Amino acid sequence: MFDDLNDLYQQVILDHCKKPRNFHELPAATCSAQGHNPLCGDQLKLFLALDGDKINDISFTGSGCCISKASASLLTDFAKGKTRGDLENMFGHVREMITTGKVADDVGKLAVFAGVHKYPARVKCAMLAWHAAMAALKGDQKPVTTESEEI
Amino acid sequence: MSRTSPDWSALRKDFPILDQKIHGKPLIYFDNAATSQKPRAVIDALVHYYGHDNANVHRGIHELSNRSTMAFEAARVRSAKFINARSADEIIFTRGTTEGINLVANSWGGKNLKAGDVILLTEMEHHSNLVPWQMLAQRTGAKLAYVPVTGDEAHLDLAKLDSLLTKKVKLFAMVHISNSMGTVNPVAELCARARKLGITTLVDGAQSAGHCLVDVQAIGCDFFAFSGHKICGPTGIGVLWGRQELLDAMPPYQGGGEMILSVEYQKTEFKKAPHRFEAGTPDISGPIGLHAAMDYLDAIGRENIWKHDQELANHAYEKLAALKNIRLFGPKQNRAGLVSFLLKDVHAHDVVTLADQAGVALRGGHHCTQPLMHKLGVESTARASFYFYNTKAEVDRFVEVVKEIQKFFGQ
Ligand SMILES: Cc1ncc(COP(=O)(O)O)c(C=O)c1O
Repeated sequence: MFDDLNDLYQQVILDHCKKPRNFHELPAATCSAQGHNPLCGDQLKLFLALDGDKINDISFTGSGCCISKASASLLTDFAKGKTRGDLENMFGHVREMITTGKVADDVGKLAVFAGVHKYPARVKCAMLAWHAAMAALKGDQKPVTTESEEI
Repeated sequence: MSRTSPDWSALRKDFPILDQKIHGKPLIYFDNAATSQKPRAVIDALVHYYGHDNANVHRGIHELSNRSTMAFEAARVRSAKFINARSADEIIFTRGTTEGINLVANSWGGKNLKAGDVILLTEMEHHSNLVPWQMLAQRTGAKLAYVPVTGDEAHLDLAKLDSLLTKKVKLFAMVHISNSMGTVNPVAELCARARKLGITTLVDGAQSAGHCLVDVQAIGCDFFAFSGHKICGPTGIGVLWGRQELLDAMPPYQGGGEMILSVEYQKTEFKKAPHRFEAGTPDISGPIGLHAAMDYLDAIGRENIWKHDQELANHAYEKLAALKNIRLFGPKQNRAGLVSFLLKDVHAHDVVTLADQAGVALRGGHHCTQPLMHKLGVESTARASFYFYNTKAEVDRFVEVVKEIQKFFGQ
């Protein structure tokens, strides 16, 4: 019945939504940020343990739809061991992919979110964790919301 | 009023929008609590108005202005009849329920509330019957109190009412039918208990006005607000009804043209209600479309619509209750025409995206009742809400779709 949705709910996304990775608080966190989607009330919290520019560890907690949870889960998978610059760089690529469908060479596994651009109502779900990650890096204290951020 | 049962499938054909496919599947429109669809009669009334009669109201002397003024004021008379108001002078046209409540909060509330007074609400209020009161409380120093909701079945805990109805309460505002739970509140009883203590009452009729017979005199409230777009009328138009004595004593809400008797550089004399509350050129086509919608609904009979709504909701509730891994919200008995639910480990937004793929338009979210969602320990629910053009076959198909969604997520 839902074959047409396979480009949105890819197997990898379903898997990460059911078994989110790095789904816990992080006592060693050096910064964190909350993401809030006022449309559905969803809340995510992202934790980063930075050593200089290096992301030693990263995790998240909260509730959300399949797309936002999987997005947070895959983000943490990607970011672990990378640098602040890597994450900021990937933010740009992911945002472009999720809003236009254009897939940059280096997005790797995150390419599963390329289909989201065909579902405008779900773009914000996929971007929530990424906005929270950027806010955490910047040290923003105020929760980011999907309404206040430029997608 | 005795009437034979309407021919529901013939009525459905009055709605051009329903005859289309979404993602290749026949559209099943179950988002009626958000807004209803419009019958041909309403669309035609709008086209006729703009094609033949359009002119500004109340100020011209030419023929077109006469026509539009007559049609505009006829809609006021029709609206009074629709809710059995004593007089058309008690009918204020607004943008919708939200503006009606804001008008009361600003005008009546600004004049009558002071620090230490209590505004009593219920825990199941839509944000539009909560945020304006919160803003008023912050402005005046009044306090908010809430009649509790019992849990997932979402009844009001009436045992608590006596202790909440204190001398400090100046206003009791309550939703007639809950848009997120489907609860039908005993508003006549609540208003009677408030009235005994001299408490002013407001009923949010957004979900009731187009679905069941409403008689504001029988309810015994002081204010009643509803929206045109939820009762087959256009968006951008709504009605606030208020008791004449109260309206006459209330200061204007906005200033401008239309609402004045005379203006000097330093002072203005205002018209009486309702015109005092309608500053500027109003939405003219809105009331005209609303008039057509009210005629249309009452030709069907709102008592018939109510029965049909309830049958669909009971049918949906029973079939969903037979599924595993589902949590249902709202009362088991006497529910209005909607069902709110959550599937285990599946977010409401995922339910809605999948249902949409099958042609079924649902709503997922907090339904503008976020505090209630938090009280029930959830962020959101999925909701199917019905109207008279929906059918049992559509409900059956919807339940099949829900089962497929469960399968998709491996349950
Ligand atoms: C119970 C209830 N109250 C108030 C409103 C607000 O209506 P409107 O948005 O038309 O002003 C709604 C509609 O969403 C509602 O369901």
